[in-house]
Amino acid sequence: METEALLHVDKISKAFGGVNAVSEVSFTLKRGEVLGVIGPNGSGKTTLVNLITGFVRPDRGRVYFKGKEITGMPPHKIANLGLTRTFQVMRPYHSLPAFKNLIIPLNAPRVRKTRGGKLGDVDAVAIDILEEIGFERDARVPYKPAGSLPLGYLKRLELGRCIALRPEVIICDEILSGLSMSEITGLLPLLERLQMDGISLVMIEHRLRELFRLADRVIVLSFGQKIADGTPEEVMENQEVKKAYLGREKKR
Amino acid sequence: MDILIYGTVNSVIYALIAVGFTLVYGVSRIPNFAHGSIYVLVGFLTWTFLKNLHIPYGIAIVLSLFLATLIGLIIYRLVLIRLRGLPTSEIIASFAVSLIILEGLRMQGIAGFKGFIGPFYMLPPFVDGKVRILGVFVDYQRIIIVAACFALVVLLWVFTHYTKMGLSLRAIAQDEHAAMMLGIHSDRTAMTALSVGSALAGLAAVLILPLGNITAEMGYKVLIYALAVCIIGGLGSWAGAVLASFVIGFAMKISTALFGAMWESVVLVGTIILILLLKPSGLLGKQKELEERV
Amino acid sequence: MKAESRRKKRLDRSIKVRTEGLYALSSWAEILYLVLPRAVLIFGLLLIPLFLDMYWRRVICAAGIYALLALGFDFLAEFVGLVCLGGAFFIGAGGYISGLLNAYAGWPPFVCIPIATLSGAVISTLILVPALRLRGIYFAIASFMFPLFAVYIIIALSAFGGTEGISALDTLPNQWSEIYLILGVVLISLFGLRRLVNEDMGLILRGIKDNDQAVRASGISITAYKIKAVFIASLMGCFGGAYLSHLYGWLGISLFGMDFSILPIAATVMGGMGTLAGGVLGALILTPLSEALRGFGQLRVVLYCFILLLFIVYKPEGFLSYFQRKYHQFEVWEEV
Repeated sequence: METEALLHVDKISKAFGGVNAVSEVSFTLKRGEVLGVIGPNGSGKTTLVNLITGFVRPDRGRVYFKGKEITGMPPHKIANLGLTRTFQVMRPYHSLPAFKNLIIPLNAPRVRKTRGGKLGDVDAVAIDILEEIGFERDARVPYKPAGSLPLGYLKRLELGRCIALRPEVIICDEILSGLSMSEITGLLPLLERLQMDGISLVMIEHRLRELFRLADRVIVLSFGQKIADGTPEEVMENQEVKKAYLGREKKR
Repeated sequence: MDILIYGTVNSVIYALIAVGFTLVYGVSRIPNFAHGSIYVLVGFLTWTFLKNLHIPYGIAIVLSLFLATLIGLIIYRLVLIRLRGLPTSEIIASFAVSLIILEGLRMQGIAGFKGFIGPFYMLPPFVDGKVRILGVFVDYQRIIIVAACFALVVLLWVFTHYTKMGLSLRAIAQDEHAAMMLGIHSDRTAMTALSVGSALAGLAAVLILPLGNITAEMGYKVLIYALAVCIIGGLGSWAGAVLASFVIGFAMKISTALFGAMWESVVLVGTIILILLLKPSGLLGKQKELEERV
Repeated sequence: MKAESRRKKRLDRSIKVRTEGLYALSSWAEILYLVLPRAVLIFGLLLIPLFLDMYWRRVICAAGIYALLALGFDFLAEFVGLVCLGGAFFIGAGGYISGLLNAYAGWPPFVCIPIATLSGAVISTLILVPALRLRGIYFAIASFMFPLFAVYIIIALSAFGGTEGISALDTLPNQWSEIYLILGVVLISLFGLRRLVNEDMGLILRGIKDNDQAVRASGISITAYKIKAVFIASLMGCFGGAYLSHLYGWLGISLFGMDFSILPIAATVMGGMGTLAGGVLGALILTPLSEALRGFGQLRVVLYCFILLLFIVYKPEGFLSYFQRKYHQFEVWEEV
């Protein structure tokens, strides 16, 4: 079982000044699957991502990636191993053209050796990546200043930042939030394509309907604890989950 | 044994110097580089009131403390208020203010102003004479300093836990946005913090300067001590600042006893670098994650 | 009410737009437009020494040193987010190493200066590394403290010449090599940095300043890049120091003086932070000014701190940015 697991989180915990943000959460991500992470606001989802990707040090517990322990490693080293994440609040460089935002990840050690070529090539690689994820080259979209792009493109840019690293796992932190229905309909096929390309996804989401279409398995967090782990159908039936989202039924 | 006594006195001195800086940084996240300069300025003001204007000592002290508070207010109102949120500019501006004051005090020859250089300026101690404690001679002034520090700690504790202004200072220090949502005015609080911080710097000055003389260069030294205490104790941590002052105070005295006074600076800078390497957030720094996260 | 119904709008001049692409080469007017500012700077800088007497030439040499420090400060502050309050440390490190090599090993200046530049930069960077992993303010504090500590330690241990310093070092061969050496280095550093800032490394550094979390999530070690940036800035400062010790043939604790820390900052703020060239121009203005006011002693420092405060509070863009804006754009009132 261990060898199949790409990412294994074991009883990870973090408390901030007396408040248990994340308590003893464990789960496994298998290669090629899409894992959803859901839960009401404040249930610790983003903290969990921060713990896994090295932005916050856990109080207890361990994280294993491809069999190797990565607990407590700094974020850039984890990213270089192939475990990437997106940010909920993005701040691209407003005045720089969109493709220049990818120059930074393309300089990471993981990609540097394989991307080959000198300076000119980096720009071309960046533009190619953007084109693959939906920035229409003909309309010169990759060259537009990042600050002028609508939200849908910015979310794709954030994905692009991860894709540039040739990752094995992308943890998407609420990537569908704030988008219009048409933007979401446009983004879902991209996510499916990433999965078909062999990238495993962990998706933190509020939009359950779209998430359940993509996800193979779902875990549910509430007040920092994992209260359910299963297929979308199993999770929807789970009493605990219903209680967490909707509250207890009032007894008269 | 005299290491114990003098170490304690030394530590208290460092704590007094650092408390004003810690307050300002904790509340407004502005590093008040002008802290050291206000210390020296108060020293000179008191001296001027005393010697040139012949104002009684007690009143001179109160007057200069009042002016110190005012100066802190002015610094914030005129300069820093426009720079809030731009950390680079805040640092540069407070540094510039510091230099204006310190180098200004060193000026000579403008309109007959002699400039405060040379070992001529001294403030008299409050009470002359020594007393014998545990076999060691300690001057009264030093005892007064320690007593004053205790009184100050109690006063500050009461202030920050029981008065409206003090509570709002603590609130902003803990979580600025939450405090603002509760109606606490960020700028006004920062202004208060800077005024109180300056007053504390002045207080430290009137207490400590009688032990030696006043020079403009001291401004830099005082600032360095305040910064060292804060780094070693953890920026923004009160208990850390106290602990660090004791660590530094004793370390300096012990190193003087063992190696001679020359190595003091080496010990100090070495301790700072050591802390930055081993426990960057300081001895009692609470914000550990944030520190590492830059 | 009339005033509120109009609004100022800034538009790029048409010649600027025309020169943005390859078509810049299509006419002499456009080539001139692009080249003129840089040409004025380069030729002005190189020709000035010919018109000055020896005293003022020396002043320009000093201005060059301050210009190097200003470049380093601007680079670190605006492109990496690190405020360096202690340029004096670089000067002191470079100056002492070069002077000591010259005094004790007897090596000639043109050997000592490069060695001092490199080793000084290594030492300065190493000593600042502990502060680089932490928040920006730690770097500011550390950089402020180190020059002062260096002075205390030198005095306390009476090492390296103590308070007296060491004199009778070899000086540079002749007047002309003095001044053109420093001016050359300033120009190379300026254009080198401008290039660097637009290359990949520059983008990464700016990313670190803007949003360091995203950079870390992209697999880049921000500490490693900060170290590289500090090294580059310290190379310039240490060269300045090494050069200085051979300019006057003397080294002493004044090499760690506050003047070297504050004047570059004032020059950069005046000239415009982020423009790199602004700092150089600021240094070229402030240094002769400071020299002219030598009679007033410490008033100079007070003066440039005042100017600094005025600029930083009221006109943070600095005068170079202001002129650049005038050059590239024009203003038009439009009805709202």
